[in-house]
Amino acid sequence: MAGFRGLPLFAQIFGRKDGTGTEAMSPRTRQLSARTTGSQTTRSVCPYCAVGCGQLVHHRDGELVAIEGDPESPINQGTLCPKGAASLELLTHPARLTQVLYRAPHTRAWEVVSTSWAMDRIAQLVWESRARTFVKEVAGERVGHSSAVAHLGGATLDDEENYLLKKLFTAGLGLVSVSNQARI
Amino acid sequence: MPGLGTTLGRGGATTAPQDLLRADCILIQGSSMAEAHPVAFRWVVAAKERGATVIHVDPRFSRTSALADLWIPLRAGTDIVLLGGLIRHVLEHELYFREYVLAFTNASVLVGEHFRDTEDLAGLFSGYDPEQGAYDGASWRFAGDDPARPERDETLTDPRCVLQLLRRHFQRYTPELVRDVCGVPPELFAQLARALTDASGPDKTAALCYAVGWTQHSKGVQIIRAGAILQLLLGNVGRPGGGILALRGHASIQGSTDIPTLYDLLPGYLPMPKAGVHTSLDQYLGAVRSRGGGWHDADGYVVSLLKAYYGGRARADNDWGFDFLPRITRDHSHFGYFMEMMDGKVEGLFVMGQNPAVGGQHARFERTALSRLKWLVVRDLVEVETASFWYDSPEVRRGELHTTEIGTEVFLMPAAGHAEKAGTFTNTQRLLQFRDKAVEPPGDAKSELWFVHQLARRLKEMADVSARSEDEPLRALDWWYPENEHGEPEVHAVLAEINGYHTEPDDGAHHGPQVAGFADLRADGSTACGCWIYSGVLGPDGVNRARQRAPEGAYFHGWGYAWPADRRILYNRASARPDGAPWSEAKKLVWWDHERRRWTGLDVPDFVADKAPDYRPPPGAVGLAALRGDAPFVMQADGLSQLFVAKGLADGPLPSHYEAIESPVDNSVYEQQKNPVARLHVRPDNPLAEPGDPRFPIVLTTYRLTEHHTAGGMSRFLTHLAELMPELFVELSPELATSLGIEHGGVATVVTPRGAVQARALVTARMRPLFVAGRWVHQVAMPFHWGGRGHVTGDVTNDLIPLLGEPNVGIHEAKALCCALFPGPRPPDASIPRYLAAMAVRPTPERV
Repeated sequence: MAGFRGLPLFAQIFGRKDGTGTEAMSPRTRQLSARTTGSQTTRSVCPYCAVGCGQLVHHRDGELVAIEGDPESPINQGTLCPKGAASLELLTHPARLTQVLYRAPHTRAWEVVSTSWAMDRIAQLVWESRARTFVKEVAGERVGHSSAVAHLGGATLDDEENYLLKKLFTAGLGLVSVSNQARI
Repeated sequence: MPGLGTTLGRGGATTAPQDLLRADCILIQGSSMAEAHPVAFRWVVAAKERGATVIHVDPRFSRTSALADLWIPLRAGTDIVLLGGLIRHVLEHELYFREYVLAFTNASVLVGEHFRDTEDLAGLFSGYDPEQGAYDGASWRFAGDDPARPERDETLTDPRCVLQLLRRHFQRYTPELVRDVCGVPPELFAQLARALTDASGPDKTAALCYAVGWTQHSKGVQIIRAGAILQLLLGNVGRPGGGILALRGHASIQGSTDIPTLYDLLPGYLPMPKAGVHTSLDQYLGAVRSRGGGWHDADGYVVSLLKAYYGGRARADNDWGFDFLPRITRDHSHFGYFMEMMDGKVEGLFVMGQNPAVGGQHARFERTALSRLKWLVVRDLVEVETASFWYDSPEVRRGELHTTEIGTEVFLMPAAGHAEKAGTFTNTQRLLQFRDKAVEPPGDAKSELWFVHQLARRLKEMADVSARSEDEPLRALDWWYPENEHGEPEVHAVLAEINGYHTEPDDGAHHGPQVAGFADLRADGSTACGCWIYSGVLGPDGVNRARQRAPEGAYFHGWGYAWPADRRILYNRASARPDGAPWSEAKKLVWWDHERRRWTGLDVPDFVADKAPDYRPPPGAVGLAALRGDAPFVMQADGLSQLFVAKGLADGPLPSHYEAIESPVDNSVYEQQKNPVARLHVRPDNPLAEPGDPRFPIVLTTYRLTEHHTAGGMSRFLTHLAELMPELFVELSPELATSLGIEHGGVATVVTPRGAVQARALVTARMRPLFVAGRWVHQVAMPFHWGGRGHVTGDVTNDLIPLLGEPNVGIHEAKALCCALFPGPRPPDASIPRYLAAMAVRPTPERV
């Protein structure tokens, strides 16, 4: 009968309480806790627009649990917009890519390939295209570039990533067709 | 950001959203801030609650206008006329902040006698070469030989002084012109002018916020210039609650300009060397260095960058490896190389976190160009339309491209998300914020840091066994980064290189201690630094200041790290009078402490800390020492903000109104119709409508929604966001809807010479016809987030936009163009080419 006594109706009638406290909870409700309970928290920054709202990323055993606004951030004081509030789904939705896909010329479908094969192949293609199109000089003036291998993107990446991209592509390979979303 | 860069000295927002709380008036123009930057807009709302007046100038009544005190609709693309009208108003009624203007701007500087204004040359400045379609700016220079000590007329009466030139230049920008060009009635203009001028002065400040609604025009840089001139005349720059807030659209778009993945820049706003122009390091440095101001020390920044790139291979005897750097020869920007791609001249393309198949301008052109590549590598979180163009693009559906005929080899690689890697974003207020890694990326997903490092390792190995001379820069590249267990370079090692270090190695190490800031950088090879303006973020104490999360004081120092040198409000010396005292108690920020003989205050002074206000440079002084103690714009050769820009802009020293390249009307300000140096890219596959083309009578402007993000790769695949904004729509006025027979909720087709797009018709009084130059002009507005993939799909708005470039930065014109509008759905895919042909579209003949 102990289980019966734990039911909310019984507890409210016989518990001499006013029905606004824990006596109104079912045993299951009492066992519930915040989904972030026991999770680890990592500080992050929202990946959408450039306002730079602070985020708290909650995770447990290597799995993301929740992402919320960082209340200590002077930028957003804990708030997030609809996009920032959806950023847990951004990282966990089923359309996320988890494998490298490859489409051979003139074929009709993707195939899954290993990362290392793709990296080797891409390096080979860069090497060949650059060698084919490298211009040492034009009209006697030093040029030392290839404009035929191009890059697009950077405004969604990290500063460190942009730094290495520019260093490898431009300072190392002599690629000049390098561009991103920023044009203001 | 040359608009702000040439005027003020640095290409970044001068202020931060949180400082808007201190503003007495906030003008938002060229931005729907509540929509696109909602969390930053909280500070606008908070300022309004404290009594600030909020004004929104925009063709469309939006969520931003709804919370403003005043909404001013204007015809898209006429911002310079409205701003010019305000400049004229301020000058004619002597409402400018005279003491500020006299001391802190170049208003008193004399311009050389060969300069001719648009007033003299029917809308052109002197030096225009119609053959080249370019200006020679030699006649725009200041009088005298020494840019650090220009000739000045402190009485501001000399007809050649900048203030008088401004007065003359903007004389014709009357309230009547504003009415006739912008469609803004004089009463509304007067209200705007009063609100701004009432909120400016020693004890008040007004702030200006803009976004791509100003930049995406064929004269975008000059619109920003006009806004900056107005703010300087009102004395609002460098002061609390003032300034210019450039609202940027991606998490690290500021960072990707500071450390540019852009063709024409090197890190820290150093120019990329140009073939035939920068033939030696000496020549390059001579062009970058200035005698006065912060750029005097450019030698140290440049040589330290070369040391960071090439390590021990950068030596005094090889010009520190300057010739390892490639030279640019032409427009290698996004549009430049996409046109070359269309012509079969580009073999391979990397796309990282961008989606040009939806977000690119004239996206139909860009998708077709992709099919001419030999290979394409797309790195993203999802399969975006750029990766799938070869089997499900509209061109394949229309039968213009056939999958089996497309020879492009395509790689689609899963990228790590923001919580799955550690690294730094630089936000819209120049604040570097480091993110820790929370979890591992799923499956084979990797960070870009991993990708570029693994690619570099492979390519360097190939270079090591190659005998070719062109592989020498790759062999020389200093790629020293320690790897973690995943084969990813240590992000702190990369950040340390960005910060800079002493090259003399500690025992067994790659290098010595990190430098404390850019003042430590030397041109003798003893220091290396990947981006001088970020120097100080990870100093010799090893503290990553971008990771700090302990905010203190009014400007939250201790939370992240703002470039340069953690200064939160740029040019903040201007918050004090020339004598160093605050302009007022209410607006104090940084001031001179007479006892301690130092600048002090609420922010890190953007000034030499112990340079007294009455300091006058001795003859022969260089660098910052050549600037007076009352010259706050420390990156300028004369320490002054530049109302008139003598050097550095392709389209003139002062902003002038030209019509959008596609405009329903003739320019009623000057004979000159369009920006004479805009990059037009006239070619048969990029047709433009002529001005006044009767087939395309309606103005089209585009915008962003809160619920989606740019080209949709980060929002259309998310259930909540997709549900909140499920479908592409076009906003039009009830008047236009009635005249065209379009019903609210029905389907409409928007057509430009480049494409036809179907959208749900949203008939609303938020759009208003404007009475312009004796006739009614209708405007419609469309968001641009949809494409063929994700939970919600739709036509690509960017199919409508032309490929053309602003002359300074090459940005496109998506905020003002011309279209036609029809009720009902667009023709089926297969008939669109015929449909467009039936609109009798042809390339624009050249027109002045």
